[in-house]
Amino acid sequence: MILVFIEHKDGVLNKTSLEAIAAAQNIAGDTGDSVAAMIPAGSDIGLAQEIAGYDIEKVIVAKNDKLGTYTPDGYTDAFAEIIRKENPNYVVMAHTYQVRDFCPKLAARFGKEMVGDCIRYSNEGGQLVFTRRIFLGKLDADVTIKGEGPYFVTFQSGAFRADNAAAGSAAVETVDVEVGDPRMVPEEPFQEAKASVDLTKSEVIVAIGRGIKSEENIKVAEELAEALGADIAASRPICDSEWLPIDRQIGSSGQTVAPKLYIALGISGAIQHIVGMKNSGTIVAINKDSEAPIFDLADYGIVGDLFEAVPTMIEEIQKG
Amino acid sequence: MKIIVLMKQVANKDAVLRIRGDERWIDDSDVSQQTNESDGYALEEALRTKEAKGEGEVIVCTLGKPSAKTVIKDALARGADRAIHILVEDENALSPYQISKAIADNIREENADLVFTGLQSDDASHGQTGVILAELLDIPHATIVIEVDRESINGSVRVKRELESGWYQWFEYKTPSLLTIQSGISQIRYASLKGIMAAKKKEVRDVEVSVEDFESGQVVQKVYMPLKTKQTQILGDGDAKAGAVELIAKLKDEARVL
Ligand SMILES: Cc1cc2nc3c(=O)[nH]c(=O)nc-3n(C[C@H](O)[C@H](O)[C@H](O)COP(=O)(O)OP(=O)(O)OC[C@H]3O[C@@H](n4cnc5c(N)ncnc54)[C@H](O)[C@@H]3O)c2cc1C
Ligand SMILES: Nc1ncnc2c1ncn2[C@@H]1O[C@H](COP(=O)(O)O)[C@@H](O)[C@H]1O
Repeated sequence: MILVFIEHKDGVLNKTSLEAIAAAQNIAGDTGDSVAAMIPAGSDIGLAQEIAGYDIEKVIVAKNDKLGTYTPDGYTDAFAEIIRKENPNYVVMAHTYQVRDFCPKLAARFGKEMVGDCIRYSNEGGQLVFTRRIFLGKLDADVTIKGEGPYFVTFQSGAFRADNAAAGSAAVETVDVEVGDPRMVPEEPFQEAKASVDLTKSEVIVAIGRGIKSEENIKVAEELAEALGADIAASRPICDSEWLPIDRQIGSSGQTVAPKLYIALGISGAIQHIVGMKNSGTIVAINKDSEAPIFDLADYGIVGDLFEAVPTMIEEIQKG
Repeated sequence: MKIIVLMKQVANKDAVLRIRGDERWIDDSDVSQQTNESDGYALEEALRTKEAKGEGEVIVCTLGKPSAKTVIKDALARGADRAIHILVEDENALSPYQISKAIADNIREENADLVFTGLQSDDASHGQTGVILAELLDIPHATIVIEVDRESINGSVRVKRELESGWYQWFEYKTPSLLTIQSGISQIRYASLKGIMAAKKKEVRDVEVSVEDFESGQVVQKVYMPLKTKQTQILGDGDAKAGAVELIAKLKDEARVL
């Protein structure tokens, strides 16, 4: 069996779980396993019916009062009980922040580790080979897993498409699981006060990364932004250093934007940045390193020093 | 208040990476090295926590080659009190469970109140060493911590975790506990000259270990450059100025976005 984790908040599905179903169905096609979904919940949950509409064998609702809100301790206890009962060959999840928080713990409880954030897999003569991105996106690694299952595998968002999850009809089974007292007490999730700039409405964005080198150099990018009528944005390290406020940050922990034109200056293109800008219309990358992963996304690229390119760009724009 | 901080040495971010002959990792023989980014923030948070308490000890622990001593020296110069260096020849041949297990075996007896790690290594990027370690030490953990309420630490600690797309959540943890620290949690201090001098007298314990084989590990079969999926037009042929001229023309006439 391949056991898929279904993530939700108060019964509202996290859509990447559908990508995980698609991944599990694919793997099942290679291994001949059946697929089951696992939903931790504090009480009966309507989401189970929705998930039962996919081509899987069954939906297991692991029920306990203590699972009403997420804690890593609670989820690990619940999941471990289901794994012991079902003895799956693979446990498949979408690599979300919540999964990062508990999946390695769960795997360790079985004396295993997670093969995390995979971007694809292939079947090589019956052996599944998983591909992970390493060195901040500069290299890929093909990995195999030794020993007996359960194998714990998580996939990066977008590795599989949610609309490829095959529809069908599954049985729903509710299991009252035992959960110890969590050693952590969650408060309500919240959003910080609204960002003062809304980059989601920007038509043109000039984004700077660590390649800008120093706070003083930001004016180089600002001049370009002014010539283009663009807004300034940044990768995480720029905001971490407080060179620009956090509401300028693009990426998985910042804003998600899709301007007509996105110009990345000295940004390497780590996945956590890319998820925030990959749907931009035209993408330009200026980077000294010809192997920087941002070039795989760019429509136009200049391999070179941004401090040489940007002043010339400004001149050319001003020529009209 | 005793705090252990895990710190790893990784290839410099701007280093040109060459793949090793056996294609199973990079050739790091002449690659410049640095401290893993989030681990620097983990150390800073540990130092600030100790300072807020007005007492305590910050112990740095790294597992790696002899060259990882530079990570330790830098941490001691910035204010850590002592260090444990678990010496292995090639930590990149080890899987995260093995690394966590070797670290757990060598820090368990310290009975620390808090263990801080970075949230992810910039080379292997497993994002799980800290979480496995917490399970092996049988202590609770929180990942992607972006704020620690230092006033709150008293048998328990309140931490703010980053969730996706701009959401956050506070959790209260009993100590001992393990926190994986997100970059940007605070501003990292530089080592002072006084700190660098003081570091020379601080204790660094070297531990030689032979890491047990791990029968459930992941094994890297092959490392390679990502396959290109998009046709990018590279402009200027290495001349940034010529590229800039071409680029503006293309943005006007071809992409029609200017
Ligand atoms: C859970 C998690 C969440 C994260 N969230 C985010 C997020 O929301 N947003 C985000 O951006 N990151 C995020 N990150 C961090 C992300 O993984 C990368 O570390 C970060 O995006 C790298 O920023 P960078 O490209 O500016 O820096 P680097 O990766 O250091 O790249 C700098 C680039 O500049 C180039 N360069 C240097 N000098 C020049 C020059 N003179 N001219 C031209 N090019 C030059 C270099 O070749 C290099 O490619 C997150 C990470 C984690 C683990
Ligand atoms: N060899 C190591 N020595 C010390 N700390 C490590 C080592 N490997 C990983 N860590 C810690 O675990 C964190 C997560 O690493 P990883 O699981 O590889 O992404 C890092 O940020 C470090 O704090």
